[in-house]
Amino acid sequence: MTDYNFAYLDEQTKRMIRRAILKGLAIPGYQVPFASREMPMPYGWGTGGVQVSAATLTPDDTLKVIDQGADDTTNAVSIRKFFEVTAGVATTENTTEASVIQTRHRIPEAELRDDQILVYQVPIPEPLRFLEPRETETRKMHALEEYGLMHVKLYEDISQHGAIATSYAYPVKVEGRYVMDPSPIPKFDNPKLEMSAIQLFGAGREQRIYALPPYTKVESLDFEDYPFEATKADHACDMCGAENSYLDEVIMDDQGSRMFVCSDTDFCAGRQQAGHLGALAAVNAEDAA
Amino acid sequence: MQVQALEGAFANAPIENAVAFRAAMNALARPGQIEKISGAKPPAPLSVAAGSLILMLCDAETPVSLSGPFETAVIRDWIIFHTGAPIVTPDKAVFAIGTWQSLAPLSQFAIGTAQYPDRSATLIVECDELKPQGATLTGPGIKDAAQLSLPETQSFQDNAKLFPLGLDFFFTTGTQVAALPRTTKVDH
Repeated sequence: MTDYNFAYLDEQTKRMIRRAILKGLAIPGYQVPFASREMPMPYGWGTGGVQVSAATLTPDDTLKVIDQGADDTTNAVSIRKFFEVTAGVATTENTTEASVIQTRHRIPEAELRDDQILVYQVPIPEPLRFLEPRETETRKMHALEEYGLMHVKLYEDISQHGAIATSYAYPVKVEGRYVMDPSPIPKFDNPKLEMSAIQLFGAGREQRIYALPPYTKVESLDFEDYPFEATKADHACDMCGAENSYLDEVIMDDQGSRMFVCSDTDFCAGRQQAGHLGALAAVNAEDAA
Repeated sequence: MQVQALEGAFANAPIENAVAFRAAMNALARPGQIEKISGAKPPAPLSVAAGSLILMLCDAETPVSLSGPFETAVIRDWIIFHTGAPIVTPDKAVFAIGTWQSLAPLSQFAIGTAQYPDRSATLIVECDELKPQGATLTGPGIKDAAQLSLPETQSFQDNAKLFPLGLDFFFTTGTQVAALPRTTKVDH
């Protein structure tokens, strides 16, 4: 082992975080204040998610960390290494092998099981914050269930753009009570928020923890005549050919050519290994050879 | 202080806290599911499960109230020595430990405020046994319906009506723990 306490944080801090997680699960969608600690990484790098993961991990866990779907970006690699050193847990890039998955802004494409836990890194936990900057006011609005302002915002989208233009951090209502920010996941992922895994949300700088127990009712806000749509780029993945996954658009040169690839790298690699190839995969193979 | 109050803590606190938390979290996230929780060796009549919950959750920031057969000097000393939690009256308690009869009336515990519904008490109810049969539970965390042997149903129905305020319950016996958050709907 190392010179760190298990999973870096001291026991008193983890107890405080664990109590916040339990209250969060008891009141789905409500943001529980907690005494967020400074972590050895900057705010905005997932300090909330890291603290929730630290309070959740046991030595038997296998941890996966993704950043916008990818296992191999700087943020994901550093957090994975952080817990390899401080908690000594096994890590993986494979979604099905993981028991705890910390994520920045995506839900994995593979359906999660009831023995898995999904931990979100949240920048701004308050869905009403950009409409009402005062915490004292937004707290009252949640208490009074006063969410008219959010519907006005979606209505203004429609009047300006002809459709609800909000494409990420799309607000949801949990169990018919609290309006919640699902963190900046693309709205393509919103229907997946009703899942069989436990979902925990940690916002380090803003000092809030919230949670969704399995099978909790999560509705994306919309209007009868403008129903919610889980949108994605109208394209198939150029690497693995998947037509039902969320895609990143990659600019290839300065002539305007582009390709679309799955944002979930594990999903894409798995499909390619299984023999599914997209329009540009053959070209890439030739380049490599 | 009796020697008994000094013994029975987790042998390896960081690991046993983590494992105990996962059991408690799984129980609360899936109401009705009975989980195993152990590690603590508290003085009788406190169960291993209740003792493990106390060690994992309580510290100087969480006032605890004791009632019924658990209101003894040895148990009080054990909790104070191992967690530092102050022992208080029910109205100030963040955690309360007792039998279903000794915890009544439930109205004496904090149910949170409209702006801070999380400032509510969590009750640890010691039971004779826990079985996946009896009252029918529905709500968040439950796929279709779950069953759990509850001491009664009316109090839990009244508690659920307070949502988003209300109390949250852990039920313990031996090394078993189950839970019932305020969101769960209880029927016969």
